[in-house]
Amino acid sequence: MKYVYQATIIFAVTLLGELLHVLLPLPIPAAIYGLVLLFLALQFSIVKLEQVNAVSKFLIAVMGLLFVAPAVNIVEIWKDIAPVLLPIGVVLVVSTVLVFAVSGLVTQWMLKRGGKDNG
Amino acid sequence: MAELFTSASLFAIVLTLGAYEFGIWLQKKLKSPICNPILIAVILVIAAISLLKIPAQDYRAGCETFSWLLTPATVCLAVPLYEQVKVLKKNLPAILVGVLAGTLVSLGCVAILCRVFAMEDAMLASLLPKSITTAMGIAISEQLGGVPAVTTAVIIITGILGNICGSSLCAILKIRDPIAQGVAFGTASHVVGTSRASEISELTGAVSSLSLVVAGILTAILCPVLYSVL
Repeated sequence: MKYVYQATIIFAVTLLGELLHVLLPLPIPAAIYGLVLLFLALQFSIVKLEQVNAVSKFLIAVMGLLFVAPAVNIVEIWKDIAPVLLPIGVVLVVSTVLVFAVSGLVTQWMLKRGGKDNG
Repeated sequence: MAELFTSASLFAIVLTLGAYEFGIWLQKKLKSPICNPILIAVILVIAAISLLKIPAQDYRAGCETFSWLLTPATVCLAVPLYEQVKVLKKNLPAILVGVLAGTLVSLGCVAILCRVFAMEDAMLASLLPKSITTAMGIAISEQLGGVPAVTTAVIIITGILGNICGSSLCAILKIRDPIAQGVAFGTASHVVGTSRASEISELTGAVSSLSLVVAGILTAILCPVLYSVL
């Protein structure tokens, strides 16, 4: 069963990530440790791409779905945020649009500049 | 009968999957980016549990049976990263500068706006890590004395905003390069934005994954520094 096999590897790497999160005193979550570990394992051919590919692609595809339940949490903190709803809304919209614009445009500018240097 | 709705996780799962599937159907039907499956599903679930008088924590406890998949799913972002590693390496300076610029804008913008609106320090601490992935954001918020539940909410709203508006913003701002698009999605809207970026192309998704990791680490370093200055 390739799916069971792939899932075993992915969950095992995630478990190692959890372990590092417990052991190391850094504010880095288990998921990021796991991501770096899996990347290194692939890079150094400890894990082959075809040993994780299918299940990985599936989990990435359903990731949006996994955010529904935590988002429903908003109902529980509604009382805390209701009085400052408008300012929070402004902060969220303005900063998200600005960050998106600046990071995207700066990268694009850097890429174009790099392209010119190479040419 | 009541137990079927409250204690059984199957009800929460069917409700979530059904609401999400309806969101996907509606998005295809109306072709509007506002009809985002996550947003539609959240609205439908909140409506359903209020109507059936199910406490939100019971619903979330029901979803625990699959919510934990978020951690391994995030780990799996290493796969597109590995597949695109050559392109990423070649463009690493541009990606890193873009993420750093975006992270600085995020922290500065939130700090300034919170001061303008005269918000409490706890609210500022809760909002500062709004652009990074939930697990990291909560850790930073707690460290600064914020309210983790508020941080979770604003992080997810930020993600949904990026997920919904990202493609339109790319068109308006003429961000056409897939690498630049990926940096924008990942830096501004973490994993939720990355799930949209992965739909655009494998490269965009990979750059977005890398950006969310770098943005998370930069925020973890810069947040406490900035907060102590303010």
